[in-house]
Amino acid sequence: MAQSPDLNIDRVAELARLALTPEEKARFSAQLGSVLHHIEELAKVDVTGVEPTAHAFPISNVWANDVARPGLSVERALINAPAQRDHMIVVPKVVE
Amino acid sequence: MSVPLHFQTIAELAPQLASGRLSSIELTQAVIARTKAVEARVRAFNSYDETDAIDQAAASDARRAAGQSRGPLDGIPLGLKDVIAVDGQPLTASSKMLANFVSPYDATVTQKLKDAGAVLWGRLNCDEFAMGSSTENSAFGPTHNPWDLARTPGGSSGGSAAALSAGAAIATLGSDTGGSIRQPAALCSLVGLKPTYGLISRYGLIAYASSLDQIGPFARSTEDAAILLGAIAGHDSRDSTSFQTEIPDYRAELKTRRGPWKLGIPREYFGEGLDPEVGAAVEKAIAFYRAQGCEIREVSLPHTRYCLDTYYIIATAEASSNLARFDGIRYGHRSKDGKDVLDVYQKSRAEGFGDEVKRRIILGTYVLSSGYYDAYYLRAQKVRTLIRQDFLNAYREVDALITPTSPIPAFKLGEKSADPLTMYLCDIYTIGVNLAGLPALSLPCGFTKSGLPIGLQLIGQPFREADLLATAHAYEQAHDWHRRTPNL
Repeated sequence: MAQSPDLNIDRVAELARLALTPEEKARFSAQLGSVLHHIEELAKVDVTGVEPTAHAFPISNVWANDVARPGLSVERALINAPAQRDHMIVVPKVVE
Repeated sequence: MSVPLHFQTIAELAPQLASGRLSSIELTQAVIARTKAVEARVRAFNSYDETDAIDQAAASDARRAAGQSRGPLDGIPLGLKDVIAVDGQPLTASSKMLANFVSPYDATVTQKLKDAGAVLWGRLNCDEFAMGSSTENSAFGPTHNPWDLARTPGGSSGGSAAALSAGAAIATLGSDTGGSIRQPAALCSLVGLKPTYGLISRYGLIAYASSLDQIGPFARSTEDAAILLGAIAGHDSRDSTSFQTEIPDYRAELKTRRGPWKLGIPREYFGEGLDPEVGAAVEKAIAFYRAQGCEIREVSLPHTRYCLDTYYIIATAEASSNLARFDGIRYGHRSKDGKDVLDVYQKSRAEGFGDEVKRRIILGTYVLSSGYYDAYYLRAQKVRTLIRQDFLNAYREVDALITPTSPIPAFKLGEKSADPLTMYLCDIYTIGVNLAGLPALSLPCGFTKSGLPIGLQLIGQPFREADLLATAHAYEQAHDWHRRTPNL
């Protein structure tokens, strides 16, 4: 399978916040190399003057009134927290 | 009636429930018993909650006894793909990342099904975060096709298709980003509908690619699909891409809208890579419509060959952004080995995500990264415009398009998992529809000589699901493929 010279897997994994093993890096590089090779086809399409489509149907900005509505209780919102204490999520130290 | 309860349709069961000949508890118990009899072989469920289902059934029976039935879905056991939130139930997306996640709220579709009285039964397996075409990417193991247990039911909503096909639910919901409802429906001999983008609220659906994802029904008939669609469609202020549109009575429209329709055959969908038996079955279906007086016209969708590439850029870009939320901090898997906050992010994601999800996050991050954005992502969005324009041009000439749903019937488990690109090619006839935001459905149109189901895809016009369902219904009325059940 083709390696993509452009795909710097270390850099992209860092951007994606993914710790990859050396084996994964080699395997994903090879597999994605052949996918990227396939994707090169798109360079052949003439897109001069074509507007990009982000959504199939144009929807203008949706506004809502800024009023409070009932939401989840703190207990309910925290049922999936990996670690919690005193109604707060415990996180690793961020500031020294 | 000779058809066992677990293989009957909503349209058949609803009058029995209404007349009191059948209770929801009896029906739910029959579905639970069937599930237990087949699940060790099919593995369609990530989890189920028997007590909760029986409680819901008892509540349905009590409503009916009090004269407060909520309609045809009241008391019917329905399964949901494990990417749709049900308050108090597990929600895993078939990922280790969410192995212990319990949803604190209902998705809008869940709320609507509860309002309609449905008995929610089971969390159905899928490819991890709905990324795949075979359900083999599930962290909890693959689902098996009830028609041939050595084969895939398709994906990503493979559990939703296999459970229904095996009689372990009366209908199910899935989600479709590039064919994830239609392809498994084709591979398991079911009706599977991907509605127009914006018709169904995505609130409470775990996001994969937000501009492409739509929830939709799997059913045993077009009538059942129409009943379910009517129950879940409609504007929702909690999904800003939800569309304000009239919701017709899809079930009533099935019987009133008749052809003949002008049907287009896109020549790009009948080329290289199409299995000859699949092609022959689709040709027969086309001949049926012609014999009914429909005008059949060849059309061209010239940018079809670029659909796959466009899809894999846009879908992975959106996925890399959507899945950034899984960082091990607020919910989901948190690595025990993280030295600092960045390390926690990187290791939690490395431990929580499976291979295909990692690959798509890497690809999506790459196509969005500085220096590559214009060449890949922006260009793909422009090609998306051209792909959408192809369909709209075709609809100047015809009412709907007919194609195969999948180029091949169900393939063997393990056959394509080593090479992502081969797997991606399973979706070549379905992804254009998502890029263009159109409604489309798959319906059973035959079997191969070795007994594997074949699906016919009908692609309709935006928000015209009633016409699409009526077109499919006309075929279904004259054929009995959808009545066949697998030997399990």
